[in-house]
Amino acid sequence: MRFMLLFSRQGKLRLQKWYTATAERDKKKMVRELMQVVLARKPKMCSFLEWRDLKIVYKRYASLYFCCAVEEQDNELITLEVIHRFVELLDKYFGSVCELDIIFNFEKAYFILDEFLMGGEIQDTSKKGVLKAIEQADLLQEEDESPRSVLEEMGLA
Amino acid sequence: MALKIVKGSIDRMFDKNLQDLVRGIRNHKEDEAKYISTCIDEIKQELKQDNIAVKANAVCKLTYLQMLGYDVSWAAFNIVEVMSSSKFTYKRIGYLAASQCFHEGTDVIMLTTNQIRKDLSSPNQYDTGVALTGLSCFVTPDLARDLANDIMTLMSHTKPYIRKKAVLIMYKVFLKYPESLRPAFPRLKEKLEDPDPGVQSAAVNVICELARRNPKNYLSLAPLFFKLMTSSTNNWVLIKIIKLFGALTPLEPRLGKKLIEPLTNLIHSTSAMSLLYECVNTVIAVLISLSSGMPNHSASIQLCVQKLRILIEDSDQNLKYLGLLAMSKILKTHPKSVQSHKDLILQCLDDKDESIRLRALDLLYGMVSKKNLMEIVKKLMLHVDKAEGTTYRDELLTKIIDICSQSNYQYITNFEWYISILVELTRLEGTRHGHLIASQMLDVAIRVKAIRAFAVAQMAMLLDNAHLLTGNMQRNGICEVLYAAAWICGEFSEHLEDPNQTLEAMLRPKVATLPGHIQAVYVQNAAKLFATVLRKHEGATDSQAAQETSQLLVERLPLFVQSANLEVQERASCILQLVKYIQKLQQKDVEVAEEVSALFAGELNPVAPKAQKKVPVPEGLDLDAWINEPPSESESEDEKPKAVFAKEETKHSRPRHTEVDEKELARRREARKQEQANNPFYIKSSPSSQKVYQDAPGVEHIPVVQIDLSVPLKVPGMPMSDQYLKLEEERRQKEKAEKKKKEKKKKREKHGKGKKHDSGPESEEDITPAHHVDIVTEEMPENALPSDDDDKDPNDPHKALDIDLDKPLADTEKLPVRTHRSEPLKSPGEDGDVESVPQEPKKRSSKEKKEKKKDKDKDRKVCQLDFSVRRITDSNKNGCYLETKWVVYTHLWAVYDIQGNLQDGSQVVVSVIFENKSDSFLKSMEFNVLDSLNSKLQRPEGAGPHDGLVVPFQLPPGVSNEARFIFSVQSIVMPQKLKGTLTFIVKSEDSSTHEKLDFKLHFTCTSYLITTPCYSDAYAKLLESGDLKSSSLRLEGVNMPFHHLLARICFHHHFSVVERIDSCASMYSRSIQGHHVCLLVKTADQTVSIDAKCDEPSLLGNVLDEIKQTFSQC
Repeated sequence: MRFMLLFSRQGKLRLQKWYTATAERDKKKMVRELMQVVLARKPKMCSFLEWRDLKIVYKRYASLYFCCAVEEQDNELITLEVIHRFVELLDKYFGSVCELDIIFNFEKAYFILDEFLMGGEIQDTSKKGVLKAIEQADLLQEEDESPRSVLEEMGLA
Repeated sequence: MALKIVKGSIDRMFDKNLQDLVRGIRNHKEDEAKYISTCIDEIKQELKQDNIAVKANAVCKLTYLQMLGYDVSWAAFNIVEVMSSSKFTYKRIGYLAASQCFHEGTDVIMLTTNQIRKDLSSPNQYDTGVALTGLSCFVTPDLARDLANDIMTLMSHTKPYIRKKAVLIMYKVFLKYPESLRPAFPRLKEKLEDPDPGVQSAAVNVICELARRNPKNYLSLAPLFFKLMTSSTNNWVLIKIIKLFGALTPLEPRLGKKLIEPLTNLIHSTSAMSLLYECVNTVIAVLISLSSGMPNHSASIQLCVQKLRILIEDSDQNLKYLGLLAMSKILKTHPKSVQSHKDLILQCLDDKDESIRLRALDLLYGMVSKKNLMEIVKKLMLHVDKAEGTTYRDELLTKIIDICSQSNYQYITNFEWYISILVELTRLEGTRHGHLIASQMLDVAIRVKAIRAFAVAQMAMLLDNAHLLTGNMQRNGICEVLYAAAWICGEFSEHLEDPNQTLEAMLRPKVATLPGHIQAVYVQNAAKLFATVLRKHEGATDSQAAQETSQLLVERLPLFVQSANLEVQERASCILQLVKYIQKLQQKDVEVAEEVSALFAGELNPVAPKAQKKVPVPEGLDLDAWINEPPSESESEDEKPKAVFAKEETKHSRPRHTEVDEKELARRREARKQEQANNPFYIKSSPSSQKVYQDAPGVEHIPVVQIDLSVPLKVPGMPMSDQYLKLEEERRQKEKAEKKKKEKKKKREKHGKGKKHDSGPESEEDITPAHHVDIVTEEMPENALPSDDDDKDPNDPHKALDIDLDKPLADTEKLPVRTHRSEPLKSPGEDGDVESVPQEPKKRSSKEKKEKKKDKDKDRKVCQLDFSVRRITDSNKNGCYLETKWVVYTHLWAVYDIQGNLQDGSQVVVSVIFENKSDSFLKSMEFNVLDSLNSKLQRPEGAGPHDGLVVPFQLPPGVSNEARFIFSVQSIVMPQKLKGTLTFIVKSEDSSTHEKLDFKLHFTCTSYLITTPCYSDAYAKLLESGDLKSSSLRLEGVNMPFHHLLARICFHHHFSVVERIDSCASMYSRSIQGHHVCLLVKTADQTVSIDAKCDEPSLLGNVLDEIKQTFSQC
């Protein structure tokens, strides 16, 4: 997989993950171009399209478009499955996820994505595995934070 | 101090966090840019604070802004700072920011190497995980080289969580640093049989990605993958393996035969569409690679086609689309099996989804034959009429042209029909493809000689009706066809029935509204037509008509002379003068026709697209050499116009074109053709055109066939192409009947003798073209071979990974490790920071290997260890500092971290990660160091001063673990080396041997320093106090930006910047025992001068030496 984008129906980018090094300018150009192409498609159209030398697989969940760019030989259906799995993971983690969850916790969404995919390849095919890893990491983060109350931090405790 | 903390925390409470920022942006929809710029200013302030929590929060916000498209590259160094936080919370944010913002051009990346290495070897698996994830996004060739070894070690980590990530990231490492592939591959292969399914699937992923690009190096893995395929039930893994086989089978047909059965079983049994689709695709690939000789070959194809038909008939648009896509792959090799589903595909042309219609069009491209081309194109023309939206219609138009022109017009039996189609297409409104149609017209007219007369007639009609094309401004794109029409009428004007009329049409005043380049062609070709007219009339001694034509030109051309377009203007005025001159001659009754037509004599042949590339460079011609020495910059201005003038002169003197007479040309062409025919290496042109040659050898010898225009040029009410379709059917029927008659005759003659003739219903070969077609091949330079590999991209990163993996590893092939050196003693300076040079370590290690071999005889392996020092990290809670050090040994690899402890100024902790690299079990490890007066290994109470410490674990093969040792240090002003030994027992299946490893630990002075922030007023006071001794250092030839230089000192030597003014900066650091070290760094013209002050002169001297060493190596 080359990259994954999440954007809203209004054309606002919500998440982007690039698995190959791309210059910032090209990224912006590609995102803009791709958003236009995908948003222009009608709802009844199929989820695949060829764009430049890539295959684009996208799916719309409520107001959010999930959009992946894969290479020529890659399997479209499994990519669709990847998108769906990612949505399921988000859903499990946030508890019936909505666009606002991703906007306000965008770093969490990235963490989940990073546990699920790495370098554009699927890292863990089990949902439980991914969620467990995220939980553990979050726990670690809380341990970091919890012992220090605000007062302690201020040196008053 | 406490007050400062309080102040910092209160500030923090009022800082915006990410949620506030997002909310703020949403609330400021009108002036978003302004709001964000104030936010960025705030973030800049936050980044200046020392509180890491504040910094992390700022970096997190920046990551969000980066996604919105704002440039945050200026904060790269702050991101590195947050990455190096010891707290997972912040580290996670730092790495996330890095993975989103860093790319190969980010210069601070090189400062992260040691931080990443430290995180990779962290005892906390989530630290390691977060580092691996981040690295996978921004790994550079340098990082890949420096960290390949660490990551390879992690592939054998005890936790599957880490192993899985390490395996996946190896793919990125291979891409950036191909040399790592061979050393790492054996271990990667092992992971295919890892007990953890996640690791196994990661390994399958990586190897499949590798093999897809360079399959031949992975053939030997086929049995292993076959086993995996038949045993695995994980669809994700199965898909990858099946894809891999798809890449392997073209190289090994036997593999293909073996695959067919399990694959067809899967196709029958699976309910997962993705897997089914992958299987079908691979079966197709396998069958393509198997040339013939498969008994159930057609059964498998039939199965695939059937399954695909089910997909296409499905109501799910996605499946429909993919079914068509896969169908087009089968089509290439088994067109017949697909052609029987033509109904279904034509049906898809009416689908409401445009992308499905386009896929169906693609399929049609391959489904045409001589037999059905006209019929299919007719259907498409109907769709063109119906189509809504110009995009789809334009797509249809290009597809029609693609279908017809494919493989050198192979399927066109009647070019008159094709020209009519092209002419019909010009009536499309608002198409963008006028140019495409024009180039087709030109191509056909030039290359199919027999059609020229017909083409010219049609083009003349187009020119005559040009107002239809240009009338509407929206139809602008289509006027390109007039370009072709004008050129064809001019170039082949001998075929024109009424050149006068066409000439008149080309000189109408309305032409002046056409685009310039078309007008230019009009003017030029008007001249050609004029020549034809002159010739025609001179033969008939009708001087009056010829003079009238001249008069027409003289009257109309001035319009073009006034054109704003230079090309038009220039051509028009040239031709106008010429005509005026001719007019004068005509009045004197001089015959001019011959000479005028000589202006346009000679035939223009098409040139192959690769022809220019194939022209060999003449011997002795060096294109890179200067013809004249380039003018030096100091040259005076007045010479320039001269050069321009000289250039112009040469232009004039150059002959327009070399004259080669027709005979010579024909002779050469004949010779070349002969040569090509005899040369077995010459790739012959496509079969169809070859066939044409067989029918009529030699381009020149084909008589231009008199075309019997059985169709009137225009029939009102019915598109002309349809009439051709009808005629064609009739003609075929007639031919068939004749053939049957002939065959019957033949049969009667040959009855009972030889094989029976296979006379199928109507095979491809039966259809003969309506008239002999001579398709002129494109010209190539003599002796040049057309080849396909011209188009390969030399920059494909995967090319570098085409590496033979079965060859045993050579001694020199090792991942670069900062290796130990053989000299036992060295000045501390020389052991400073080593940015390893690629070749050097290799050489060294091979040298050492030799040395080791010698020692082996004595059954005692001695390894001199020396550690290069690298500055690594930023502060953490208790102010520890780490140094990573390496030990390499045949059985054992070890990483050493040396940590200074701020709370106890006399203690240093050395943590060692041991990794067993052998196939044997390592146990009873004992670590011992020869204490010096200054530094002592802390031993448990009751132990003697020379007793070793038992390492509290054993190491099975491939496993690593960490042990910590505490040293007490008295003086820190001098660097030190401690000698030590590690003893252990190597237990293999049949024997166990006692081994001993000697090493040295190197404590540099830098490692006792701790980055401590200092405010400028405190700094000034410190300098004023007069307690500090000074010293200085000059570095020559340092060629790096100043901020870079500072970053290096900060990073490698634990300093922090107090203040920076232009190219001058003050820096501060503190030792674990509280010594102040102040630096004033200035730079000018690649020279860096450092004035330093410290309350301990010898410490200062040593630190400066180490700094010097750092910069001498870059």
